[in-house]
Amino acid sequence: MKTYYNPDDLKKFGNIGEFQKPMADKFFEYYGEVFKEGALTAREKSLIALAVAHAVQCPYCIDAYTVDTMEKGCDEEQMMEAVHVAAAIRGGASLVHSTQMMNKAKEISM
Amino acid sequence: MKSLKAQNHPLSKSEKEIQLLESLEFTESFESKLKESGLFPLKPIQIEILQINMGKMCNQVCQHCHVDAGPDRKEIMEQEVMQQCLDVIKRHEIKAVDLTGGAPEMNPNFRWFVTEIRKINEDINIIVRCNLTIILANPKYHDLPDFFKANNIEVVSSLPYFNAVKTDAQRGDGVFGKSIKALKMLNEVGYGIDGSPLKLNLVYNPSGAFLPGSQGELEAQFKKKLSSQYEIEFNSLFTITNIPISRFLEYLVRSGNYEAYMERLINAYNMTAAANVMCRNTISVGWDGYLYDCDFNQMLELKVDTPKSQHIKDWNTDALTERNIVVNQHCFGCTAGAGSSCGGATA
Repeated sequence: MKTYYNPDDLKKFGNIGEFQKPMADKFFEYYGEVFKEGALTAREKSLIALAVAHAVQCPYCIDAYTVDTMEKGCDEEQMMEAVHVAAAIRGGASLVHSTQMMNKAKEISM
Repeated sequence: MKSLKAQNHPLSKSEKEIQLLESLEFTESFESKLKESGLFPLKPIQIEILQINMGKMCNQVCQHCHVDAGPDRKEIMEQEVMQQCLDVIKRHEIKAVDLTGGAPEMNPNFRWFVTEIRKINEDINIIVRCNLTIILANPKYHDLPDFFKANNIEVVSSLPYFNAVKTDAQRGDGVFGKSIKALKMLNEVGYGIDGSPLKLNLVYNPSGAFLPGSQGELEAQFKKKLSSQYEIEFNSLFTITNIPISRFLEYLVRSGNYEAYMERLINAYNMTAAANVMCRNTISVGWDGYLYDCDFNQMLELKVDTPKSQHIKDWNTDALTERNIVVNQHCFGCTAGAGSSCGGATA
């Protein structure tokens, strides 16, 4: 069955340089630097990545960072809380725009 | 839950396990990876550790157990073989004796054996791989913490996570609660306490088809959680990768994770970890006295590759030091990422 997303394609991520190598090299170097232990621990960064993966709805990233957070010692409860953070921001982002709707509705109402 | 052997499961037979390990089409061989690293044939550096499997009997039946241990396993080391081990410890420069099983404490001659080792050498490091729950399993084991202390034993115990859900999923219902009680008993006699000479180290095995993360980060998390929630102290956390043999291999196949896990191990091959594998300074002794490169080769019935020294009674240091270490696809478990050994990460 053909689908737009194929889990095996995640393994090919490193091959994106085939079409544009200098940019891919810069991206992967930057990517590696971002996820290094810094002011945030590697574990904290992995949980952020898991939450963002859900916000941007990337199935490859969800697979990758589910494994990565578990390898870094996170449990399912912590992982789900991270996803709720993403959901809260996504939901909040919609709802906070309702102030614009409210403004406009009031503007055109008697 | 019964052992794979009691279930007569195909993967309880080492030839079936090896057949499966060698059957994956996409995999590179471990041998070819070692060749690329300039490490083939893999040779010992110096034999310093004697790891002795005192029997396959255990009070637990853990999901990932590479020994396929459990209450239904009756293989147990006899006193005659222990005496042969003592003769080797007396005559050769063994720095550490690492007692494992099963639950080594269930061997009826366990205490005799430990005290005899200690009589030989006050400084030799004696390690007991204690599953913790054995201390509470029967009143006759309640004084094990005192026995360990009296013989200056290093205690190494598995605790895959600092909560019950993950621990019990891997090690059986109720194991976490009992492990916490046992850890408190060990702390009470001085084990794992800052400044105490009595060492209590914990082992982290992932509860599933993934690799262990950074040993240092996991140790920090374990220390924080166990201290704040249970007032438990310990010395170090050893991260150990689950090796794809026996019950863990059966789990991988049953859960559809086998190919992806092997691929993960192979892709994470680390040359430094390969150079530091534990089989280069350890000899593993089976319950029946036969010698192996490691506990995993023991379970796969891959004896040391030297006809002169296949059994502890025929111990020959020169032959063992000159031998080629037997390797196969399961060895990728010890060389992935930060590496894995009975003492934790190696790279």
